[in-house]
Amino acid sequence: MLTRLGPMLAIGLLTAPVAFGLAGTVLPAFGYLPALGGMEFGLAPFATLFAEPAILMSALMSLVTGLVTAAISLTAVMLFTAAWGGTRLFARIQHLISPLLSLPHAASAFALAFLIAPSGMIARLISPELTGWERPPDLLIVHDPLGLSMMAGLIVKEIPFLLLVTLAALPQVKPARMRALIASMGYGRISGFVLGLWPSIYPQIRLPVFAVIAFATSVVDVAAILGPTTPAPLAVRLVNWMNDPDLSMRFLASAGAVLQLGVTAAAILIWIGFEKIGARLRDRVACAGRRLRRDSGLRWGALAAMLVSAGAIFAGLLALGLWSVAGLWQYPDLLPARFDLRNWMRVLPSLVEPLAITLFVAFISTLVAVVIAILCFVREDEMGYPPGRGALALLYMPLLVPQVAFLFGLQLLFILTGVQATMAALVFAHLVFVLPYAYLSLKDPWRAFDRRYDQIAAGLGKGPVERFFQIRLPMLARPLLAVAAIGFSVSVGLYLPTLLIGAGRLTTITTEAVALASGGNRRVIGIYAFMQMVLPAAGFAVATIVPALIFRRYRDMHV
Amino acid sequence: MFERKRDLTDAGLFIDGVTIALEGREIVSLTKRVAPGEVLTVMGPSGAGKSTLLAYVGGFLDPVFSARGRVFVAGTEVTALKPEDRHVGVLFQDPLLFPHMSVGGNLMFALPEAVRGRAARVERVAHALEGVGLAGLEARDPATLSGGQKSRVALARVLASTPRALLLDEPFSKLDAELRAQTRELVFSKARESGLPVLLVTHDAADAEAAGGDIVRIGE
Repeated sequence: MLTRLGPMLAIGLLTAPVAFGLAGTVLPAFGYLPALGGMEFGLAPFATLFAEPAILMSALMSLVTGLVTAAISLTAVMLFTAAWGGTRLFARIQHLISPLLSLPHAASAFALAFLIAPSGMIARLISPELTGWERPPDLLIVHDPLGLSMMAGLIVKEIPFLLLVTLAALPQVKPARMRALIASMGYGRISGFVLGLWPSIYPQIRLPVFAVIAFATSVVDVAAILGPTTPAPLAVRLVNWMNDPDLSMRFLASAGAVLQLGVTAAAILIWIGFEKIGARLRDRVACAGRRLRRDSGLRWGALAAMLVSAGAIFAGLLALGLWSVAGLWQYPDLLPARFDLRNWMRVLPSLVEPLAITLFVAFISTLVAVVIAILCFVREDEMGYPPGRGALALLYMPLLVPQVAFLFGLQLLFILTGVQATMAALVFAHLVFVLPYAYLSLKDPWRAFDRRYDQIAAGLGKGPVERFFQIRLPMLARPLLAVAAIGFSVSVGLYLPTLLIGAGRLTTITTEAVALASGGNRRVIGIYAFMQMVLPAAGFAVATIVPALIFRRYRDMHV
Repeated sequence: MFERKRDLTDAGLFIDGVTIALEGREIVSLTKRVAPGEVLTVMGPSGAGKSTLLAYVGGFLDPVFSARGRVFVAGTEVTALKPEDRHVGVLFQDPLLFPHMSVGGNLMFALPEAVRGRAARVERVAHALEGVGLAGLEARDPATLSGGQKSRVALARVLASTPRALLLDEPFSKLDAELRAQTRELVFSKARESGLPVLLVTHDAADAEAAGGDIVRIGE
């Protein structure tokens, strides 16, 4: 009985907030919001929107950011997997990159900013010897008008994500055998992979790629840290209007959110066009039988791209850590003259509350998400068949619809029902984003569980509850905790849901960190960004150490 | 006369008109009686659906199959019961010892609740391990045992749960020749000793021969 609740809760949690939220955004966009005196439908909010300076420029910036981010990160992942898949180097790089997945977007954006800014680590490394700079040059590297550093910030973060989903899809195409087969026909590594294997991998990772496009077209935190300001990308401007004390700005913000929905949809449609062109091109090359064996340049290039993107974040994180304990640090010295814990001492008192909220919301939303995901899988086992494609598309709903587009409406709904800025509302909003990740990452380990253990236990006279708690749960302890760590890191990194639903009264480490971005106090930013990095890492450490300790006596329970 | 007939129906395993089909195609159709201590061997090529019969008796048939017919164990119709209420023990080709429990823990888990008191339970487990020639291995991690030892623990575990029938799903196929003959001998003698009706699924003629009971061929 209980298990029947699982799918119902999951579907409700994934669709209701998005559906109600969209309604709550679209209605005010057309002038209807009785609470603020909007009683009649009309296009006035859109007229105001298009009268805003450079609004189309902002929209175009968002569109291009989404497409460029997806194209570059996907190409890097594809070429890297093509060129190095199955080698030991590939496994090493994979281990190097996968921790970056749990890093909040804001933290990686800060890391990049601390690296490439005119006063950042790279400039310090080569100054004054190569550049002659004795003081930070007046260059707009971060916040550059073309949005290049914003795109870079997104790309370094999406590469680990796309690499992970590619790796999950890879085994189904039997890569080792297929590679050998294609190589025996004389194809180069990269061309063989792109022509022979990629066409069966790509359809499996298509939804995650769309999710990347949707995220990058509507990102707020990374854009606030690295993105252009004149004009800012669309979503950043929307959030500013939304947070305006003048409540009538909500009409404008809602109209903007509808535009954002259109921009994201347009980006995905254009991407589908790219897919078609790509497929054509691929067929052409394949039919011509081009072997393209001389690909060593591309192979090393792909490796370099992965190393640079991962290296940039690690170096940036190091810089963040240094700043958090830096005393006097003059330009262009590579290292601080003194290290000092006083920064931490000063910040600590104001860090405690956001930290407590971050931990509480992450714990509860993860716990609920994992329980719902388990109920869904148990129900699936009872039914004997997995959910259809429709259900999987539902899972991606909160990841495919731009966050601003439904969070505005959801916030409105919470205001009207008087639950805005309550813990329950915040946990609920986080749950919408944590649940898809919990479900998707538990799917493979759950299905890989050998059902015969269950049958044996049943043969020993054990009922379903006993079987679940004494066999399934302990045997899946490791993957379950890993899934929990993923959910935890997703929650820690959520910016916009926290900002809008917490309404500035409930803040987390991530919202505090992004709020500090404009202030430019590097020591304080360093501390908050450092915490952002440490929390998910701590989650994964717990997920690794706890089962290792509990099951230390049992060898087959180790990895 | 009447009494005698009742006895026959009650004791052992009775497969009464069981038919299993996949997408309308019938794969197994069987009526057969297995007396206590006897072995019924089901043979057939791999993929013929031999294991589905076993799964039906055990109560874990994949819902993609449709099945009808009744199965009695010691006079009780088990087809209507949940798997955990059937008292039908299973051995698969892998020992499938629970990796998060010690050898003793595996057996403790199997022991019926009716055996009460720590001392009595410990005693029963020690006895069961002794019965398969593994006395004193309670504290061992199953992962540290040899393949043959694991099979014997699996046997001791299923017997410890005091089943009323035993289902064997190619339980010897992963053992090497010598170990195979030994283990086979041990399993059959234990089943005979405990008076358990056994349903054996195999594609190995030597298994069928050693079992000594009736042979049913399917999927040919």
